[in-house]
Amino acid sequence: MTPLLSVQGITKRYGAHIGCADVSFDLYPGEVMGIVGESGSGKSTLLNCMAGHLTPDAGEVVFDTRAEGPRDTVRMSEPERRMLSRTDWAFVHQHARDGLRMGVSAGGNVGERLMAVGARRYGDIRDKASDWLERVEIDAARIDDRPTTFSGGMQQRLQIARNLVTGPRLVFMDEPTGGLDVSVQARLLDLLRGLVRDMGLSAIIVTHDLAVVRLLADRLMVMKSGHVVEAGLTDQVLDDPQHAYSQLLVSSVLQV
Amino acid sequence: MIDLSNVSKTFNLHNQGGAVIEVLSNVSLSVAAGECVALTGASGAGKSTLMRMIYGNYLTHSGEIRIGGVDLVQAEPRDVITLRREVLGYVSQFLRVVPRVPTLEVVAEPLRALGASVETAEARARALLSQLNISEPLWHLSPTTFSGGEQQRVNIARRFAHAYPAMLLDEPTASLDAANRDVVLTLIEEAKARGAAIIGIFHDEAARRRVCDREIDVSRFATGMAA
Repeated sequence: MTPLLSVQGITKRYGAHIGCADVSFDLYPGEVMGIVGESGSGKSTLLNCMAGHLTPDAGEVVFDTRAEGPRDTVRMSEPERRMLSRTDWAFVHQHARDGLRMGVSAGGNVGERLMAVGARRYGDIRDKASDWLERVEIDAARIDDRPTTFSGGMQQRLQIARNLVTGPRLVFMDEPTGGLDVSVQARLLDLLRGLVRDMGLSAIIVTHDLAVVRLLADRLMVMKSGHVVEAGLTDQVLDDPQHAYSQLLVSSVLQV
Repeated sequence: MIDLSNVSKTFNLHNQGGAVIEVLSNVSLSVAAGECVALTGASGAGKSTLMRMIYGNYLTHSGEIRIGGVDLVQAEPRDVITLRREVLGYVSQFLRVVPRVPTLEVVAEPLRALGASVETAEARARALLSQLNISEPLWHLSPTTFSGGEQQRVNIARRFAHAYPAMLLDEPTASLDAANRDVVLTLIEEAKARGAAIIGIFHDEAARRRVCDREIDVSRFATGMAA
């Protein structure tokens, strides 16, 4: 089977400081991979390099495109990469306001992504937006309200609707449950898991919350100081961590 | 169906003075289809460790663990994931679920993951939940607030929804009353009859006598330093 995403030797430096160094892995269709590590470990740098928000100093990010098969997205032209990020890719930001247009209605936020891939009939766009609001458990009656009138959890769910409406195959998520109340987090996790299964999505989730990766991710990568120190099945890395740093990370979680 | 040869396990605790704990060495065993084997030995002998190695949530450094032809020691994560979805079911002692998900969905989930429709998966879930005496008003609630015995029965229902060819059972009858214990033992007998290879840990001696064909004393693989 061809990997959906094949990352080879990704390195990003900020001057003398290492962002992430020589990271390689393959992600197959339907797989969810978690990346954990403390603040400054390079996990967000890596995610942004993969999603095309940062240009890595070295390495390849090969994506299995629908039309032309595996292509290195680092060396793709900017318009091609932008097309990819509007269609097959989605990016869920930690802060919903970074992924939403706050001055546009909820329906507009979802519809905009559809229009970017060529949808033109107003009625269809509105129906689909309304359907997606319900799928992420936002009352369709709020379709004309701006996201500024939504709670943090609702904004995050709206951001997810906006991202998934075009049926992407790969979703990048940066701390998707960060900053939300635990009860809102649980609801969001449940929603994400259902969407991943029903749409057959592949996803890469950066988080520092080990409980989130246990419930969402099949595989896990542990990063420290820009390097991957351990990778494997999620429950194996969490239940039987091998590297000193992973052992410290797992044993530092407070039991409730 | 389940074949282990020369499997060993050492824990290396880097942050606790670099302690190295050898738990098991040179474990070899085979379990055929339709057979149920009990792991025995005192607390701390390594029964649960061995079971987790067979499931793959504990890493094995040497030897071979073959389940239906796949060597878990060498397999890629995605092969292990496929194996767990289709071939290898594990009833752990504790139920771990996404909060807020209703019991019916929790039980239907393994079948949904195999591609069954919501209707088929939920019909099977209903049948198992009734059989295990979980009352119907509870089906639409999350099991996180259930009693210990109820959670365990939900856990069992979930893992018996799909007819796994290989199963691992960690104390499946531990906190159950007599009636429910009998239901679980009947489920195990039915799984054996359809050809499942089963490895179980049962502290309940009568249960062990009823469903297990033989016993393997794990202490004979212990290195004397078991934690």
